[in-house]
Amino acid sequence: MSGIAVSTTINGDDVEFLCQAEETLLDVLRDRLGLTGAKEGCGTGDCGACSVIVDGRLVCSCLVLGAEAEGRSIETIEGMADGEKLHPLQEKFLEHAALQCGVCTPGFLMAAKDLLTRNPDPTEEEIRFALAGNLCRCTGYDKIVRAVQDAATVMKGA
Amino acid sequence: MQYTRPTSVNDAVSLLAEAKGTAVVLAGGSDLLVRMKGGFVEPDLIVDIKSIDGIGEIRQTADGFAIGAAVPCAVMGEDEALKNAWPGVVEAANLIGSKQVQGRCTVTGNLCNASPAADSVPALVAAGARAAIAGPGGNRTVPVEEIPTAPGKTSLAKGEIIEAILLDKRAPRSGDAYLRFIPRTEMDIAVVSAGVNLTLDEQGVVTAARVALGAAAPTVLLVAQAAEALIGTAADEDALEKLAAACSAACKPIDDKRGTVEFRKKVAGVLARRAAMIAYKRAGGK
Repeated sequence: MSGIAVSTTINGDDVEFLCQAEETLLDVLRDRLGLTGAKEGCGTGDCGACSVIVDGRLVCSCLVLGAEAEGRSIETIEGMADGEKLHPLQEKFLEHAALQCGVCTPGFLMAAKDLLTRNPDPTEEEIRFALAGNLCRCTGYDKIVRAVQDAATVMKGA
Repeated sequence: MQYTRPTSVNDAVSLLAEAKGTAVVLAGGSDLLVRMKGGFVEPDLIVDIKSIDGIGEIRQTADGFAIGAAVPCAVMGEDEALKNAWPGVVEAANLIGSKQVQGRCTVTGNLCNASPAADSVPALVAAGARAAIAGPGGNRTVPVEEIPTAPGKTSLAKGEIIEAILLDKRAPRSGDAYLRFIPRTEMDIAVVSAGVNLTLDEQGVVTAARVALGAAAPTVLLVAQAAEALIGTAADEDALEKLAAACSAACKPIDDKRGTVEFRKKVAGVLARRAAMIAYKRAGGK
């Protein structure tokens, strides 16, 4: 198949793929690489379900072209747990029942991870602003905020 | 559809100038990809400018700041020198979209998307920002308010790209501010907005001012009468009243689901007045 040859790094692994010019990074992750953790909610950057981290920046992968991944370092939800050991954010999301249908959850986890990297001790207001680009239609957000607060406490102690 | 990633401004200009069909510039893509998905634009060629040397950097020059066309707004918010010099410009840039969008969106893109409600544009206009343009006919620098000509339209010719947005070095006792009205607290489009930039003398009297309104007309408005109302005053009640009235009078807004003409006119004055008070304080006025 003809296409644009892209070499990138995903969750620490060297990855090569071919894609078309119009394909988004989200399309590539899900349909070409089998990394289906990032979800397509809106496809227009409003819902955050497709959040990934590219070169240390949280982005919506639906608003990034696959071809733009060339030479970048990408983190997805698949790289969050350390083997069988869940990340503290994942553990706390489970503990606080901070998910119901789960479609928004990978995006929330990536956004929360990005927040805690930049600000290990956020206030509730800072958490709510940082997660404003992630929409959840099930939980009403409160449990998500509590889970992030609790994870921050655990991670500070680590 | 073809995707290309030039490494120099000259190459980008040649690619855009020589392209057959529709050629578009990609920086952050937060407008472009949405427009592509919606079928509003079907490019034959996408020119990704992010590999051009220096275009992703904020440079401090002898004249002030040059914000490269591919600098994400999040990076502007992390630049302490830029924030100290132009807090109003940075606060406007940081209001665009979510954290995810902040990691990609650029003020140059915000300007070239030419939405009347673009958040960074009134702040840039108030700041007297200029756009450094490269094109097939050479380089030129124009005030940013000359870029958008109508909703979705710009004055850029085929093959021209904005390389950087230029902000002047600050005179002592200067301040700027940007405010917008939205019915939510975050993640929304301005119903109406105002940017104010001013400089004081040692007695706290305004010696220079620029006032710009967003979402109040098809393109950003620079309201000279509002600036004149401030100049020569200490931004007292009377001056602020005149400024607000001048802003309300200058508005030529539309009625839509987000706000009525009457509401936008009223709120334009209120926001300009509040932004002027913030800018005055930031400039060191009491």
